[in-house]
Amino acid sequence: MMREIAVTEQKGKRAWQTVAFSLLGISTLVAFLALGVILYAMIREGAGALSWEFLSQFPRKMMTEGGVYPAIVGSFYLTVGAIAVAVPFAVASAIWLSEYSRGGLWVRVVRVGINSLAGVPSIVFGLLGLAFFVKVLGLGVSLIAGVLTLGLLILPILIRATEEALGAVPMAFREGALALGATKWYAVRTVVLPSAIPGVLTGAILGISRAVGETAPIMFTAAAFYMTRLPETLSDKVMALPYHIFVMATESPNYWKTRDLQFGAALVLLGMVMLMNLGAVTWRARVRRRKQW
Amino acid sequence: MRSRPLKIESPLADAPVDLRPISQAGLRGALLLLKERWDRPVFFALACVSLVALGLIIFFIFREAAPLLREIGLIRFLSGQWTPTTDPGQFGALPMIVGSALVTLGALLLAVPLGYGAAAFIAEVAPGWLKDVAKSILELLAGIPSVIYGFFGLLILAPAFQHAFSLPTGRTALTAAVLLGIMALPTIASLAEDALTAVPNSYREASMALGASRWQTIRRVTFPAAFSGLIGAAILGMGRAIGETMAVLMVAGNAPQLTASFLKPVRTLTGTIALEMAETPFGSTHYHALFGLGALLLLTTLITNGLAEGFRGRLARKHGR
Repeated sequence: MMREIAVTEQKGKRAWQTVAFSLLGISTLVAFLALGVILYAMIREGAGALSWEFLSQFPRKMMTEGGVYPAIVGSFYLTVGAIAVAVPFAVASAIWLSEYSRGGLWVRVVRVGINSLAGVPSIVFGLLGLAFFVKVLGLGVSLIAGVLTLGLLILPILIRATEEALGAVPMAFREGALALGATKWYAVRTVVLPSAIPGVLTGAILGISRAVGETAPIMFTAAAFYMTRLPETLSDKVMALPYHIFVMATESPNYWKTRDLQFGAALVLLGMVMLMNLGAVTWRARVRRRKQW
Repeated sequence: MRSRPLKIESPLADAPVDLRPISQAGLRGALLLLKERWDRPVFFALACVSLVALGLIIFFIFREAAPLLREIGLIRFLSGQWTPTTDPGQFGALPMIVGSALVTLGALLLAVPLGYGAAAFIAEVAPGWLKDVAKSILELLAGIPSVIYGFFGLLILAPAFQHAFSLPTGRTALTAAVLLGIMALPTIASLAEDALTAVPNSYREASMALGASRWQTIRRVTFPAAFSGLIGAAILGMGRAIGETMAVLMVAGNAPQLTASFLKPVRTLTGTIALEMAETPFGSTHYHALFGLGALLLLTTLITNGLAEGFRGRLARKHGR
């Protein structure tokens, strides 16, 4: 009798567990499906518009024909500029946090600053860019104002990635260098940083893919709807792929005429970002696996 | 035979050795300091750049929003209607506050259960290979730019919802909430997964040793032990959802009306700034009011962020990490 009860209870537990685990699995499946549906829809609708001409030509006839070349170039300038501005500060911040800081109040304060900055909505970065870079510094709506705004936006991402990479370098590496008589900076420069380079680069790729897709921070600081030439100086406005997609999708007067172009532009951006992210994720996994220490 | 005095060949040995502490070594000491100890203060100064950036944001957003207190007053700004183009314009943020809250609430109703579920699956149930795949998928989902989500929502999700619910327009709070839910899902799932992984294995072993099934262990032991981290994950997801701009702007419909219905168009704080800032004359009341919306957003996200970090920190301390 007792035994039978125990067995039924076991079976009940099992059944519950199966149901519960299925639900958990379904939750995960939703994420898979969301990614799948978005990728599938964008590729199905957008693949037809892709061609070499689409990537290499200026828009024509009130943007109802032609390509997205200037938007790609503009996004490239903005992104490269943002990375160039942010990486030195990010690496230095991470070096301080990981190698020099000794705990205590200042570390906490700096960390709170980084975490808070990471949580600030991107549109608020746009407002800062407008009030500070565009107006107070007098840069105007320009490539440089967009670069600086985006640079601040990706700073926390880069700092975290670099800090993680530095943290993964074993203590013994530092101790070895210091024991040989290296100063702290010499040890960091010649031993710790080189070992952390793959991680720093992965972080940089993730930063690039974030910066290239951001729209809100450049709306009032850098982006132009349409330009007949490529930006030549830092104070020119630029076209940018995400802004181009946004404007085409929301303000285009003849939707059916430009539908293919819109999906094409969206697919170009999505493709760029997905390839960079996929590359960064798989590369990071490989580096972690291959690591000997 | 007398031995010759010992002569040291090394050039280093001839150099005068200054054994005074660096602080008393005068100019030489100062130069040494510059040469060998410049690194700590310089890196500290550079590490403060995030703090400076945050300070700039807070200062400029509030400075540009401040004239609002004089021109409209806080009470009227936090209540009332938003009709910026009438004369005189009305700048009440209430419709947008409600809009943002509605959309965020809907997104959380979707993303929190799914995010916790996915986190539990990844942390506790899935075998190793599936775990890696699922984490990569979440990372890819998080990497999709918000303008792409918006584009997808506008051209595919909104028409589908319009058809399904027979609405005059598919651009509603519901569409925005669903889209935002998908966007917040990877954030919540990966942070919740961190929280579950932080629970020591001895908890699970003890529970299983007492005869609990794996599911009972998850529900009665792991989840409660990770509770504060799970709450932190949800709050951080909420902060993301409130601050999200492009996707919401493209699918929420943007009618600045006060409504609590999910099937009507709504307008959010972020959407209003994005929509109107470009055409607003610099220094006008409208301009200040938009910065006022920005200040509300900034305050909300700073608070949610602080709360989330607090909860997550509590979990980390509890399990000694």
